[in-house]
Parts: sequence; C-alpha cells; structure tokens
Amino acid sequence: MNALTRDTNAWRLIGSIDDIPSQGARCVENGETKIAVFRTADDRIFALEDKCPHKNGPLSQGIVHGGCVTCPLHNWVISLETGAATGADDGRTASFPVRLDGRDIYLNLQQGA
Amino acid sequence: MSKQRLVIIGNGMAPGRLLEHLFEAAPDAYDVTIFNAEPRVNYDRIMLSPVLSGEKTFEDIIIHGDDWYAERGITLHRGEKVTGIDRAARVVTGASGITAAYDKLVIATGSSPFIIPVPGHKLPGVLAYRDLDDVDGMLRAASRGGRAVVIGGGLLGLEAAAGLKSRGMEVTVLHLMPTLMERQLDPAAGYLLQKELESRGIEVRCGANTKMILGNSEVEGVELEDGTVIDASLVVMAVGIRPSVDLARDAGLDVGRGIRTDLAMRTSDPDIFSVGECAEVDGRVYGLVAPLYQMAKVAAGHLAGVSEAAFAHAETPTKLKVTGINLYSVGDFGDGPDREDVVLRDAARGSYRRVILRDNRVIGAVLYGDVADGMWYNELLKSGEDVSDIRDTLIFGQAHQGGGVAADPLAAVANLSDDAEICGCNGICKGKIVQAINDKGLTSLGEVRAHTKASASCGTCTGLVESVMALTLGETFAKKAEGMCGCTDLGHGEVRRLIKAQGLKSIPAVMQELEWKSSHGCAKCRPALNYYLLSDWPGEYKDDQQSRFINERVHANIQKDGTYSVVPRMWGGMTSSDELRAIADVVDKFAIPDVKVTGGQRIDLLGVKKEDLPAVWADLNAAGLVSGHAYAKGLRTVKTCVGSTWCRFGTQDSTGLGIKLEKFLWGSWTPAKVKLAVTGCPRNCAEATCKDIGVICVDSGYEIVYGGAAGLHIQGTTKLGMVKTEEEVIEIAAAMTQMYREQGFYLERIYKWAERVGYDTVKAAILNDTDSRRAYYERFVFSQQFAQTDPWSERVSGVDKHEFKPLAVFGEEAAPATAHVEPAE
Ligand code: SRM
Ligand SMILES: Cc1cc2nc3c(=O)[nH]c(=O)nc-3n(C[C@H](O)[C@H](O)[C@H](O)COP(=O)(O)OP(=O)(O)OC[C@H]3O[C@@H](n4cnc5c(N)ncnc54)[C@H](O)[C@@H]3O)c2cc1C
Ligand code: SF4
Ligand code: FES
Repeated sequence: MNALTRDTNAWRLIGSIDDIPSQGARCVENGETKIAVFRTADDRIFALEDKCPHKNGPLSQGIVHGGCVTCPLHNWVISLETGAATGADDGRTASFPVRLDGRDIYLNLQQGA
Repeated sequence: MSKQRLVIIGNGMAPGRLLEHLFEAAPDAYDVTIFNAEPRVNYDRIMLSPVLSGEKTFEDIIIHGDDWYAERGITLHRGEKVTGIDRAARVVTGASGITAAYDKLVIATGSSPFIIPVPGHKLPGVLAYRDLDDVDGMLRAASRGGRAVVIGGGLLGLEAAAGLKSRGMEVTVLHLMPTLMERQLDPAAGYLLQKELESRGIEVRCGANTKMILGNSEVEGVELEDGTVIDASLVVMAVGIRPSVDLARDAGLDVGRGIRTDLAMRTSDPDIFSVGECAEVDGRVYGLVAPLYQMAKVAAGHLAGVSEAAFAHAETPTKLKVTGINLYSVGDFGDGPDREDVVLRDAARGSYRRVILRDNRVIGAVLYGDVADGMWYNELLKSGEDVSDIRDTLIFGQAHQGGGVAADPLAAVANLSDDAEICGCNGICKGKIVQAINDKGLTSLGEVRAHTKASASCGTCTGLVESVMALTLGETFAKKAEGMCGCTDLGHGEVRRLIKAQGLKSIPAVMQELEWKSSHGCAKCRPALNYYLLSDWPGEYKDDQQSRFINERVHANIQKDGTYSVVPRMWGGMTSSDELRAIADVVDKFAIPDVKVTGGQRIDLLGVKKEDLPAVWADLNAAGLVSGHAYAKGLRTVKTCVGSTWCRFGTQDSTGLGIKLEKFLWGSWTPAKVKLAVTGCPRNCAEATCKDIGVICVDSGYEIVYGGAAGLHIQGTTKLGMVKTEEEVIEIAAAMTQMYREQGFYLERIYKWAERVGYDTVKAAILNDTDSRRAYYERFVFSQQFAQTDPWSERVSGVDKHEFKPLAVFGEEAAPATAHVEPAE
C-alpha cells in the first residue's frame, strides 16, 4: 500500500476549528475507538486516542496548556504532539495526523507514526 | 568556672544576632537575661511588611522561638520595659519591679518612631509603623475598609501604603518633600516610583504638609496646610525614627544622637555595650540591619573575649520590599562640582539608572526597574577601583563588559569574585556561601539560610543565593518551587495581592503583568487564577471554563472509567417521596448502574455516560432537584441531624437552620471545598466538630466552630463563639466564607487558611468586630447574585453544548472521505 492511496482513503473532514473551544478538546468516534481532537491557545490542532497511557483516562476531558494536556484522572501530562507522557512518567498514546484547511479540520484515521 | 551575668535591654534584631555569635563563640560564658518591652520573642522586624500585606504570617518571621531561649537557659522577660540602670550597683530594674544584676550589660533599645505633634496625633486610629502591634492595628482598620492616609513617603511609609492597599483600603500617601524617598532616590527615580504607585491605585501627594488630624473620638480625616481635607479612618505616621537613648542618658552614659560607643561597641562605661539603632559609633547612627549586624558581631566578639574586631562603616544599599517594584540605591548621589553622572533611561520599560563617579571611581548608584546590576555597582563602589577603562560601557551593566558575560544571570553570578557580597543585610559574600555548601553538604535554600544567614533577612537576594547554589551544586540542585507552579516564582499570596493591587482582571493580564514564564500557564496555575479572578471581581470577570478541572466544567464527578456521577442537592439532608421517585425513574430510564448514599447525606448516581448528563439533569430539574456541587470548590453539603423537630434531646431546629444555611451559601466558589454541619445538641450526631464550619445548638443559642476536616488529615474544629439567633449564625457563616474566599490560597481548606492567617485574626474580624463582619457579609451577598444559578438547568437549556456531544462519528467501516460526518451542532 503506498502512502498516497492510504491518505486519500483516510483523511476525513471532522468539522471546523470553531467547534472546539480554545485550550479545549472534542471527541471523534471511529467505531470502538475514541479520538480526542485538541485545540491549543495558538490554534494548533492535534489528535490523540482518548486514552491515557496510565489507566486509560479520557484525555479529552483534561486541561490543555501549552502543547500538553493534563489527564483528569491522575494528572499525568501528555504531549499533544507525540502522545508521550512527559516528566517522570512513561508511556505513549496513539496519535493521529490532522491538518487544517482554512478553518476545516481533516483527521487521518490511520494511526500516525 | 562560674558564669558571668549578661543582661540585655531590648530584644530586637541586633541583640538577637549578638547572642547567636556569642553562643557560637563562648556557649558557657554567660547567664543571659533579656528584658523586652514588646511582649514577644525575637522576630524579623523588616518582614513586617509582608505580614501586613498577607504574604507571610507572624510565625513565619519569628527568628528565635521559645525553644531557642529554653535550650540556652536564657531568661526572657517579655513585656517588661527597663526603667532604670544603676551603674554603681550594676542592677537594672523593670517597670513591674523585676531586677537583674549584671557583670556585663548590652543596651539595644533600638529607636522609636517619630510622631509629628500636630493636633489630633493622639486620636485612636493614628499609628506608627514599628512593631507587630502596629501591624495588628492596621489590619483591624483595614478589615473595616475606608481610606488610610500614610504620612511619610520613605521606605516604611511606602511599604505600609502598598500593604494597606493590598488589604483593600483606599490609600493616600502624604510626603513633605517634592519627590518620594528623596534620601535614597534621586528625583528621576522618585518620579518613576510615584507613577508606578499611582498606577496601582495609591494616591501620592508630594509637597503635602500635614496641619492637623481631624476627628472627635477617633480619626476621621487629615487637614493639610493648604486647607485640603482628606477623609481617613486610619493614619499611619512613618516620618522617621529617633534612637532610644533616654535610659542611657539617665544612667549618665555619654550620649550624642545615639549612645556613643567606641569601635568595639563599648559605651563610656566599659562594662556596658550598645548595639543597634540606638548606638552611635564613630559619629554615625544607622537604620538598616546590615551595619547593626556588624555591630552585633563586633560586640559579641569582645564579650566572648576572643576578638580585636572593630566596627567599620560601609554603605548599605536600599531596596523597597514591595512586590513588583524594583529599586536599588547605594552610596552618595547628591549633585556636586566634583561629580560626574552617567544616566540611562528606557522610558518604554520604565527603567532608569544613574551611576555617580568621582575621580573615575563609583561613589553611588540609583537603579529603578532593571536592578540586576546594582550589586555589581556596589562592588565597584566598595573596591573603589578606577573605572576609566570601562567608562563608556559602565552604564550598560556588567553584561556589557567584554569577557562575553551573557545576559544570563547565572553567568553573571559565575563571574562575581569570591568576595562579592551576595546578601547585603548579613554581609555574606559569594565565597562564604560556596564554602558552606561544600563543607557542610548543604542542598536546600533553607539549609543555606540556616548555616550562612544569606537571604535570611529581607530576602531580596534569594535569587542570587539560588544562583550560587546552582553553580556550586550543578545538576543536583533543583530550585525549590516556592512559586505557585513552574510558570512563576510568585507565591499564591503575592499573586492574590497583585491581582487586586494592579487591578488585573483576566488570566492573560495576570500572566502578562506578573511576567509568567510560560505562554499560557499550566494545569496548576490556571484553575487557581480563574478562582482568584472570579472571587476578586464578582460580576466583572468571565469564568474561563477551559481553566477548570473537568468536574467543574461538566458539573459532575469523573469516575475511573470516564463515566460520571451525579449528586443532586438534598437540602440539609432532607428529601421527599417525590424526589426519591424522580431519582428512581432517572435511574431506570438511563440504566444507571449504581445508586449510593454518600457520606454527605444525599444520593449519588454513579456511572452516568457523559452524553446522557444533560438529559439526566433535565429530568432531575423537573422534579425540583438541582446540582449538589459534589465536584465543586464551593459549598458541598450542610449535614444536619433531626434536632428539636423530632429528637428528645434536640435544643433547636438544626435541620431547618442547616437548610437555611445551604440555601444561602450554595453556588459560591471558594478556594477549596466547604462543608458545614448543624447539630441539634452537643451529642453531635451531625459531626459538626470536623467540618469547615460547624454549628452546635444548645439551649441558650448556637455555638459556632470552624476549621475542622476529616479527610487526609483529621482536624477538630476551633471554637469561634456563641450567638443567640439563627440570623447571626447565617451572617457569621457567610462572612467567614467571604473572608476565606478573599484570602485563601487555591486548594487551601479553611483550617489551613485559618492556621496561616491566625485563628485570632479570623475571630477578631468575624466575631468581635461587627462592622468588619457586616462588610464581609455584604461582599458575600453581592457576589452571590452572580453565583446562584443552577449549573444543571443552564446546561439543559443549552450552555456548553459542545461538551456533551462528539464532534463527529464514523462507523466501523472506513467510509469515503467526508461521508457520515456529523458536523458539530
Ligand atoms: C461520594 C463520596 C463518598 C461516598 O460514597 O460517600 C465522596 C467521594 C469522593 N471524595 Fe470525598 N466523598 C464523600 C464524602 C467525604 C467526606 C465525608 C463528609 O463530607 O462528611 C469526607 C471527609 C470530610 C472532609 O472533607 O473533611 C471526604 C473527604 C475527601 C477528601 C479529603 C479532603 C481533605 O481535605 O483532606 C478528598 C480529596 C480532595 O478533596 O482533594 C475527597 C475526594 C473525593 C472524590 C471527589 C475523589 C475524586 O477526586 O474523584 C470522590 C468523588 C466520587 C464521586 O465521583 O462522587 N473526599 N469525602 C462522599 C460525597 C459526599 C457528598 O454528598 O458530597
Ligand atoms: C516595617 C519595617 C521595615 C523595615 N525594612 C527594613 C529593610 O528592608 N532592610 C533593613 O535593613 N532594615 C529595615 N528596617 C529597619 C530594621 O528593622 C531596624 O534597623 C532593626 O530592626 C533595628 O534593630 P534593633 O535591634 O536596633 O532595634 P529593634 O529591632 O527596634 O528592637 C528594639 C527592641 O527593644 C525594645 N525596647 C526598647 N526600649 C526598651 C526598654 N527600655 N526596655 C526593654 N526593651 C526595650 C523594643 O520594644 C524593641 O523590641 C525596617 C523596619 C521596619 C519597622
Ligand atoms: S475514600 Fe473517597 S476518594 Fe477514596 S476511594 Fe472512597 S470515594 Fe474515592
Ligand atoms: S489515567 Fe491518566 S493519569 Fe491516570
């Protein structure tokens, strides 16, 4: 499978940046999988599986600050860019490619690298 | 060997230091007796301003606690003013008749504030600024609000003004001279300072000459020579100090402006020493601690018999301890024909610096705004080195002096010589700190303070000491976070104070003005700031949902599996068949897995899906049930017992009163959660004695207790007092909640707050002083009008819809792009 076909199949319009509060998140459901789509204060968009690497806490419900989100269950701080836990904690959540086209958000449902 | 008797008159900062040196050098030489006119132990007088502003408590600034005296066998007569010294008999006598014989005597009576003898200067409400009693007096006045007039625009007056402003008073500073702090600042820097204070809402009138203080039974205002009348409920006089020399003069000692001593700090009687602000050495008297500490060291050496040390004059830099205002001045900056000035102004940054040279040597410096180089100029001043070579760049500071010292403060400290002074108050140089760290294996700031005294007095050099530690310890030194979080070095108290003082009304404004180190804060500081702003600017500040923890955003408690629990209010623990039926129906309709009775006398519906929350609330609302705020930093529950309605022991309607309290207090945001209980008799079935505020009904009325908790830490309540009516209970509970709302640090429960500010302070403001209670109560009532909206019905009617719906839903099978998309509402 080459990258191009994968892309064309997987990019989905999920809504507009205005649907997500600044420093907030909304979820996208893809069958069994929940994906949290985050918007930072400087209007960058990131998508991670809505599952904390610690004990599956819903990251979409956390506080977004800088390029990170703090998990609502036990305060792990997860990097939005990589899905990796920061600081002393160890673990990584799946991340998904997103891109902005004007104000439209496209999400690639194939898990990112 | 029999010990000699050492008697000390005065227990201020100078003799405190003297004793430390003495016990270090000769622990067994003396039996020590101290007389102190103040009824307390030795404390850090220069930190009274942070106590006034609320950044520190009295306990924080105690230098020697009771144990310290006990361990050294020192007799301390508190509240005992010495009235006479009999040099022939070698005995001192106190006001209440206590006597003590001495072999050696130290007079350390400090100085007395000068009170201008204008008409009215004796009215209640006219205070000086010298000791803890003055601070307490100012705090009492501040709790009643109104305007404070501070007479005197010097160091003390301005610290008092800033503190009173942060305590919510209107403040006017009257200063006789044309610019502020003219003894430490030149007019240009004085002007910048005045502008800064004015922008914080402090009114400054220079050239103002006080004619009289107005009022009949207490202060009502101040009249100036030019006829202007300013209303005032408090007048603070900070116009200067006079060395306290009467006792010494009466004893026949040689007295000039101060008690004259030689360079060993001996008075004209060789067995009597004098140290501190009362002493005059080599023709000079002093008013800052650095030289006094030097006196203490010299005198201790001679008392211990091990020293040839002599006092030597040195210039002491001046700094103002008002958070957010940086100024530094040292040396001589008067104009003169033999002097050259180098000035640098940066209007945009409000910064100004001036270095004064004579014969190509630095003799003085004044810095306002960016003061980092102050220490370097002071070093040049002390060394007296010829600066011709660096004259062109001198004014730009150390960073610009070749050698590539970057603007990095760590590099600047690395570049300092070993004998560069880091702590001005205590005269501690860099080399000494480094040596102590290495020799004693010190790793924390607290340890460095304990062993070297560096940064242990006024604290303005703390950053430098930490830099020295970082350089010495390298990687292993993690700066102890005293700030709110990694985004700022400011603590909660400073931030709260500055929000009010600078009128900051949004999170970005706080971060900008208080120089947050991160661009948008973090999950620790944002909820705290959101709370502070909400509490300080009721009706004006717009709640920032994204800075709230999820529970407070969706008004339910998140559970381990990402579902939520829903707890409706049951006022005072009472419910009805209708409510129970509605709850039962909701449980069936939404297949809610668990129903539990909570420890707070109400019912918890556990395992509700987030999407279902609005519909669950709609059904509960329809039956009259509203949010129980089981998730909130706000009022949780008011537990009650059945009381006089049913119980054979009940003395009052505890259930009814509990319901009234809950209906009155619900909805307001507080620093941490607040729980109440009202119990019908002292059997205490409602567990009132472990609540934030508890009420115990008795035949004669209501006993109010507070500061309890029964969570991570079990803490029994402290008694506030007895009242007669339900109305008083409600007013007191609301007033206390408001005081806590205004002063508490985020996540600090009532018991921790009360410990920090003092249970006595709370009692004085809420129980004893009915005006102050009323003022808090009214502010609470005002803020409640913006707070008492049921968050559930708000959400049911559509607020924050986005919170509860997914942005998009895709089926299992990946469908073609853009199909099946449900764009958000
Ligand atoms: C539901 C309940 C337990 C129960 O099944 O009975 C409960 C549940 C929780 N308590 Fe509690 N506490 C409950 C009564 C209590 C009590 C008893 C009381 O209020 O009389 C206490 C001791 C009294 C006290 O607060 O001093 C109590 C002391 C705590 C503490 C420790 C607080 C402290 O200052 O030390 C925490 C932790 C915290 O708040 O940081 C806590 C935190 C929690 C949290 C919020 C944990 C969390 O952060 O998720 C739990 C939420 C569960 C949920 O989703 O509902 N809970 N908790 C009770 C709800 C009462 C209500 O109706 O609102
Ligand atoms: C609000 C404030 C802020 C300050 N800020 C700074 C600062 O930032 N930097 C700085 O260097 N300095 C500062 N100072 C000045 C500094 O506090 C004083 O220089 C220092 O405390 C003087 O020490 P002392 O021991 O001479 O006298 P004090 O500390 O005044 O102690 C004298 C003690 O003697 C007692 N006493 C007097 N007469 C008798 C008697 N007859 N019998 C028994 N006891 C008696 C008094 O009650 C008093 O407790 C500040 C002062 C104040 C008030
Ligand atoms: S004691 Fe409170 S916080 Fe602990 S498990 Fe029980 S409900 Fe949760
Ligand atoms: S599940 Fe996220 S921190 Fe525990």
